Amino acid sequence: MVPPLLSRPRETELVVVGASAGAVDALGELLPALPADARVPFVVVVHVPPSKPSLLVDLFSSKCALAVRQPFDKQPIEPGVWIAAPDYHLLVERDRTFAVSIDEPVNYSRPSIDVLFESAAVVYGRALAAVVLTGASRDGAAGARKVRAEGGLVLVQDPSEAEVDVMPRAAIEESTPELVAPLAQLAQALRDISRGRP
Amino acid sequence: MSGDARSSAFEIELRLLLEAIFLRFHYDFRSYSMASLRRRVTAALSALGCETVSALQEKILHQPETFTALLQYLTVQVSDMFRDPAFFLAFRQHVVPELATYPSPRVWIAGASSGEEVYTVAIILAEEGLLDRALLYATDINPDAIAKAKAGVYAEERIPTFAANHRAAGGKQPFERYYTSAYGHAAFDRKLRDRVVFADHSLATDSVFAEVQAVTCRNVLIYFDRTLQERAVGLFRDALSRRGFLGLGAMESLQLTKQSSAFEPFLPELKWYRRS
Ligand SMILES: C[S@@+](CC[C@H](N)C(=O)[O-])C[C@H]1O[C@@H](n2cnc3c(N)ncnc32)[C@H](O)[C@@H]1O
Repeated sequence: MVPPLLSRPRETELVVVGASAGAVDALGELLPALPADARVPFVVVVHVPPSKPSLLVDLFSSKCALAVRQPFDKQPIEPGVWIAAPDYHLLVERDRTFAVSIDEPVNYSRPSIDVLFESAAVVYGRALAAVVLTGASRDGAAGARKVRAEGGLVLVQDPSEAEVDVMPRAAIEESTPELVAPLAQLAQALRDISRGRP
Repeated sequence: MSGDARSSAFEIELRLLLEAIFLRFHYDFRSYSMASLRRRVTAALSALGCETVSALQEKILHQPETFTALLQYLTVQVSDMFRDPAFFLAFRQHVVPELATYPSPRVWIAGASSGEEVYTVAIILAEEGLLDRALLYATDINPDAIAKAKAGVYAEERIPTFAANHRAAGGKQPFERYYTSAYGHAAFDRKLRDRVVFADHSLATDSVFAEVQAVTCRNVLIYFDRTLQERAVGLFRDALSRRGFLGLGAMESLQLTKQSSAFEPFLPELKWYRRS
């Protein structure tokens, strides 16, 4: 008999997104595509020089149907779009609250995509979907591998479309994603996921 | 085996390790943020040559000297001088004038790490003419960090950042005045620590030791769970004089604590609170 855990259809309860060089345009296509009734929280790590992500919150707030916020320490992870604060790592706790840390940068980055992905993978397992977008670093690749190892979904922007293809390529090498696709198709997949469809 | 089962094995081992550390070494990490600890213990495993957390537990119990190495992973020693200049500019402009009304103001820097924040506060008090009659308590649980804080020697390559932050925080003197350079290191002026008491003190297990008029505790509470955050903020409440000041790190706030009635916002967007 198939164990019930495996026969259960996948229901995604959290989406984590990582983007670096070229992030603003890519996210500008992806985030506004999310419907206002999305039941799944979207947590985004973007590499930008310290102090910029608060601008990102303003930038995307005006374009998105969902509330766009910057999470603070110990805040419950509710539906909406969350953009990591500058200069701190963002992590996820077992009780589905945010945690932040000022540990050393990982892959020269703080926040680091790997740190978010790895901590979320442990907590959400199969109920996690991770998205790796354009970028010039390898951040996110190890995280994507961990997401797959814990049974989650990995979606990667088609490197040939990405503004900078290093990050999507690294994620594809390390994690064998379920979906490698241009932004338009990723947006459709996220819309489905956000409404509770697999 | 599913990923979930594997990860919970790690978590069980992690909890057992923290229990062992508490029983054997009296350091209490049991109410720390698990997400952070998981990362740090994973890093410690490879550095200390252990396959599993259980193996690490065996190692520290039977070779207790290895605990010192593990402590460097469990506590996060990342700091800077004048980190978040706006926070320290507010301290200089709005807190220091109030401290100046006390004959001998006392400031507690909790989780002082390797001392960057201590020299930051000392420099501001010196520039505002208050250091000679002030008393600073700098506390931490990491003895190596306290030793570094006492020594006050930092890599010279960090000076440009320190100096730029100092300026942005309203610095009044040329920053070069505060240190002497030799062999790639900058040794900070001993006069800056004449008025500092360095002590081993844990926000998790120790109690209040003095009355103070200001506390800074920055980037320490983020490593605690909410129960331990309550405890720590309770210590600050009890240590502070009426109308005393509490300054937290950029990502910390009193928003989720039950102590909010004991404090009022002072400059909340800069993380300054005041004892009511
Ligand atoms: C990230 S550092 C913060 C340094 C400095 N306050 C800053 O913001 O730059 C955190 C410090 O908290 C200390 N710490 C951790 N647990 C503690 C506890 N229970 N009591 C006191 N200090 C603690 C660590 O040893 C470390 O030095």
